[in-house]
Amino acid sequence: MFATLNEKLNAVFRKIKGQARLTEDNIRDAVKQVRLALLEADVNYKVVKKFVSAVQEKALGEEVLKSLTPDQIFIKIVHDEIVEILGGDESEAKIKLNPIPPTKIMLVGLQGSGKTTTAGKLARFFQKNKKDVLLVADDIYRPAAIDQLEVLGKQLKVDVFADREKNDAVTIANDAVKYAKSAAKDVVIIDTAGRLHIDENLMNELINIKNSIQPDEILFVADAMTGQDAVNVAKTFNEMLGITGVILTKLDGDARGGAALSIREVTGKPIKFVGTGEKLDAFEQFYPDRMASRILGMGDIVTLVEMA
Amino acid sequence: SKTSNKLVGGIETIFFGKKEIDEDLLEELEELFVTSDVGVNTTLKIIDEVRDEVSRKVLKNPEELKNSIKDKIFNILSLDNSLKQVDEKPYVILVVGVNGVGKTTTIAKLAKMFKDEGLKTVLAAGDTFRAAAIDQLQIWADRVGVPVIKQKEGSDPAAVIYDAVVSAKAKGYDVLIADTAGRLHTKFNLMNELKKIVRVIKKEMPEAPHEILLVLDATSGQNAVSQAKIFSEAVGVTGIVLTKLDGTAKGGVIVGIVDELKIPVKFIGFGEKMDDLKPFDAKTFVDALFETEW
Ligand SMILES: Nc1nc2c(ncn2[C@@H]2O[C@H](COP(=O)(O)OP(=O)(O)OP(=O)(O)O)[C@@H](O)[C@H]2O)c(=O)[nH]1
Ligand SMILES: Nc1nc2c(ncn2[C@@H]2O[C@H](COP(=O)(O)OP(=O)(O)OP(=O)(O)O)[C@@H](O)[C@H]2O)c(=O)[nH]1
Ligand SMILES: [Mg+2]
Ligand SMILES: [Mg+2]
Repeated sequence: MFATLNEKLNAVFRKIKGQARLTEDNIRDAVKQVRLALLEADVNYKVVKKFVSAVQEKALGEEVLKSLTPDQIFIKIVHDEIVEILGGDESEAKIKLNPIPPTKIMLVGLQGSGKTTTAGKLARFFQKNKKDVLLVADDIYRPAAIDQLEVLGKQLKVDVFADREKNDAVTIANDAVKYAKSAAKDVVIIDTAGRLHIDENLMNELINIKNSIQPDEILFVADAMTGQDAVNVAKTFNEMLGITGVILTKLDGDARGGAALSIREVTGKPIKFVGTGEKLDAFEQFYPDRMASRILGMGDIVTLVEMA
Repeated sequence: SKTSNKLVGGIETIFFGKKEIDEDLLEELEELFVTSDVGVNTTLKIIDEVRDEVSRKVLKNPEELKNSIKDKIFNILSLDNSLKQVDEKPYVILVVGVNGVGKTTTIAKLAKMFKDEGLKTVLAAGDTFRAAAIDQLQIWADRVGVPVIKQKEGSDPAAVIYDAVVSAKAKGYDVLIADTAGRLHTKFNLMNELKKIVRVIKKEMPEAPHEILLVLDATSGQNAVSQAKIFSEAVGVTGIVLTKLDGTAKGGVIVGIVDELKIPVKFIGFGEKMDDLKPFDAKTFVDALFETEW
């Protein structure tokens, strides 16, 4: 998949190369191919449309006609536009610690997206920064969800708050925060059950947890392999909960990760971290330019342009 | 609400009030396909086919076009999707797939289905890697009322599954379903581990595993194509289970996968409960793929 896309794009750029200027005609052609490339990377159809018209506008603008060769300019515009959508203000990608501890972080998302694993990864991240962390097992539905978090807590030597007697996620979250205060924890990370965005009862449960504990961060954990539906899911989670950021998981595979662009575009919320493996240290900061190259599937060409 | 999430109308909306087939109509169809994750290649292939049929006057009006498209997709998906019939016991099913797609839950659902059919069923806890994966399978097994053959976390999955085959055979079980750890198809070592699992099963039963089911998440985009290709090349997938169809994703990605790889979809999963599984039906799926309401 990767290879064919690259070939397609390269063919487009070969075509443009050698011509003195970007004409409306050859841009139209190239833009069409870029559109297909983005769709193949699972960028949402609507997002692609919007993106493509923005690029087209810039490509036809004056600044374009001044420097470098037309093909280089075009690549750079496409790439930069993606970086711009993905990136934004770098400082907003950091997790701000609440001056009055504990900082409360809630992880939410669809089933199987990687919330529990990410809770462990985040705990390790804060642990490395000398913070005292409490993991909260607030998934009362999935078989062995509590055990899963407890195993991770044991591996990390991080406290895990669980209550197998209670079957109310709001109460458990509340009790956990109370406990965290009394134990002077710096950070509380709440693992919630996976749920569909259209499941009203379970979405309401999240809203109730939010209202009850007033988290500092609500992070939407999304699978990098997600297809076109990523926009619907992210949009609904954001509208109902007001997410503060996104964590993109499973980037260690060969998914192009176009969902990143869709989610960012539709929620406006920053992607804060990426998951790059099953182990708890496979967790990295998000780099918009790397992601842009990945989505376009043409990292080397972009690097060349950057150096020019 | 459901309707406000709708990006485009379903196939009926697109055709509503249309008297003629024009370029707009074809473009709207293309959009509908792509937003259902059908993928650019398959979409263009189908659209080009109908465009050709329109120009040759084989398709004369929108109604004929709509039916032709549904037929085309129906034909792609209509592979024989019955489970392989064998004489030996136990019937061994190996369940594979990338992380978090729903393998373990699907195994619980399958176990329930076989048990309801009166078959003596046992599970093998072949995911010895993920935190509490064995506990998760055990809880499901208890709920369904079937036993699990397991070892401790960290043991060799091939050994666990081999022992399970030997033991299920000795005890006269009808069906053995083996869970495996989620693995990305791009991980060479993990794919080799899977090949080893198949090899050791064959040591005991040369015809087994009788089914190797690849679980795909309906929410996934085009990466599922890569998953299907590489898992098939590695171990020879005999069927697909498409899960999470209770969400708003349409699972259109399997159209391209089935078309290209000719692997039948055998079951669909549509919920987190053990009854939320049924055999795949191409007709129902095609209707749902292009229905108006999301
Ligand atoms: N390869 C890879 N696997 C991951 C990553 N993050 C999580 N996983 C795996 O994805 C699967 C699901 O992860 P979980 O953490 O259980 O997901 P979850 O969102 O908590 O799932 P539910 O609680 O069932 O909704 C597990 O097999 C994890 O090991 C990642 O970045 N890369
Ligand atoms: N909505 C919905 N959720 C499902 C379905 N099938 C599984 N799930 C959920 O998806 C999550 C992951 O399911 P698992 O069965 O643990 O997936 P897995 O493939 O075994 O995961 P790993 O072993 O970690 O790779 C759980 O929260 C399940 O309840 C389905 O058909 N619909
Ligand atoms: Mg979880
Ligand atoms: Mg599993």
